[in-house]
Amino acid sequence: MAVNGKAPMIAVRGLKKRIGAQEILRGVDISVGTGETLVIIGRSGGGKSVLLKNLIGLMQPNEGEIWIDGQNIIGLSERQLAGIRRKVGILFQAGALFDSMTVEENIAFPLREAGERDAHVIEQKIGEILEVIELDGQQKKMPVNLSGGMKKRVGLARAIINRPSCILYDEPTAGLDPVVSDSINRLIRRLQERFHVTSVVVTHDMKSAFHIGDHIAYLHEGRIYFYGTPEEIQASTDPLIQDFLIGRATLAD
Amino acid sequence: MFVRFFTAMGAVVVSFFIYLGEVVVLAGESLRSAVTHRMRWRLFMRQMVDIGLLSQLVVVITGGFTGAVFAAQTYFQFNKLGVASGVGAVVSAALFRELGPVLTGLMVTGRVGAAMSAEIGTMKVTEQIDALRALAVHPVDYLVVPRMLAMMVSMPLLVAECIFFGLIASYFVSVHILDISGPYYVANMVRWTLLRDIVMGLTKGFCFALLIVFISCHKGLTSREGAVGVGRATTEAVVNSSLAILIFNFFLTMFLNVIFPAGWQ
Repeated sequence: MAVNGKAPMIAVRGLKKRIGAQEILRGVDISVGTGETLVIIGRSGGGKSVLLKNLIGLMQPNEGEIWIDGQNIIGLSERQLAGIRRKVGILFQAGALFDSMTVEENIAFPLREAGERDAHVIEQKIGEILEVIELDGQQKKMPVNLSGGMKKRVGLARAIINRPSCILYDEPTAGLDPVVSDSINRLIRRLQERFHVTSVVVTHDMKSAFHIGDHIAYLHEGRIYFYGTPEEIQASTDPLIQDFLIGRATLAD
Repeated sequence: MFVRFFTAMGAVVVSFFIYLGEVVVLAGESLRSAVTHRMRWRLFMRQMVDIGLLSQLVVVITGGFTGAVFAAQTYFQFNKLGVASGVGAVVSAALFRELGPVLTGLMVTGRVGAAMSAEIGTMKVTEQIDALRALAVHPVDYLVVPRMLAMMVSMPLLVAECIFFGLIASYFVSVHILDISGPYYVANMVRWTLLRDIVMGLTKGFCFALLIVFISCHKGLTSREGAVGVGRATTEAVVNSSLAILIFNFFLTMFLNVIFPAGWQ
């Protein structure tokens, strides 16, 4: 499945995942072209986060293939996955900041782990990234003293500081007020434009989906039920899609 | 009825061996990582402070009062036999071979093992472990190895400290409270304490360090279901480490006694 004629950065084939007795994913096929943004929407608890965690090897699927940048990641050991994980950043739902470190230390963590020892270089890179995420002056704060939106932005800074070619976002705007949501959306857009990263965004915020997505995939009952551009999904007459779109419009989140 | 009973028993046995296997795999992974991966000195030093430096008060009090009470009890018995000056020898042998390492192990389990499983468990349920993995850092390299190395270094020293303060306290109680002759007390103690008793105590301390760190870190890394899960993991880490120390201590004693037999022979 080539997207827009470009080689796919991410290709998933027949992905199945069971957790306990529950079948979460029942054969997902999807691909994301390089530099493209795919938004995955669907009901809460529908397996969107599970799909995202499979993409970076945090969970192992029961069946199927996952190709990242031309490499099949199924069956790779934790240590073998490190190479892939350096190319792919992930923003966790609650930020997943290291609570024993300051904002600055959190953001510098990937740099230090990659072997950067020059304090000046680290400081300069942190300065740049804080400007991008608009959190200048908060370097010394501990994560526990940050609001939800700030945590997500710091989590994002930590995910992008090493310039991954692909970023996965798990519910980047869930639980945030509309203004902060909008700033996160603009941030995601800016990263696409400035660094040309490939993005996969899991959300059930339709406003966000239309704003940032090149394509939208609707995950329903463990399969991709609909795949298309934002315009196509809005024009769709499928009752299931319409219910979801209208449902979101009337059920303010 | 019988079938169901034996099936249930079998499930318990199987899950016990699965658990043992997981702990052994974690131990293997940690030891391999310590040899093959670069050393994280900052994390190691922080663990040395948490584990080694800050455990000292607990260990000193444990050792001191154990030595004191053991000297008094031994004196009450020995005095009737007219061999009160032998108290030092008995207290010293007991502290070096058993009480020092076992009590230090149990106290460190309560203080450090609990903290390890709670900290790592909280990181697990708040997705911080997943964040580490996603940033291409192996949780064993980052979380387990520094703790393991700090424990390996700290525990023998803490055991030595526990024994030292036990001996000081026993001397004080025996000589100043119970009126045993000081020179006889020390002479008997030195005569009956051999290098192999010291080696045995420190070896036990080292082995208990490994039991505590692997059992506690494993419980943390596998904890589930939010705050309840972390609480359960912490309790299980302390209970399992304590039991493991007491059980392993018996076999270790039998084994080490072959290499380092007790008393003059």
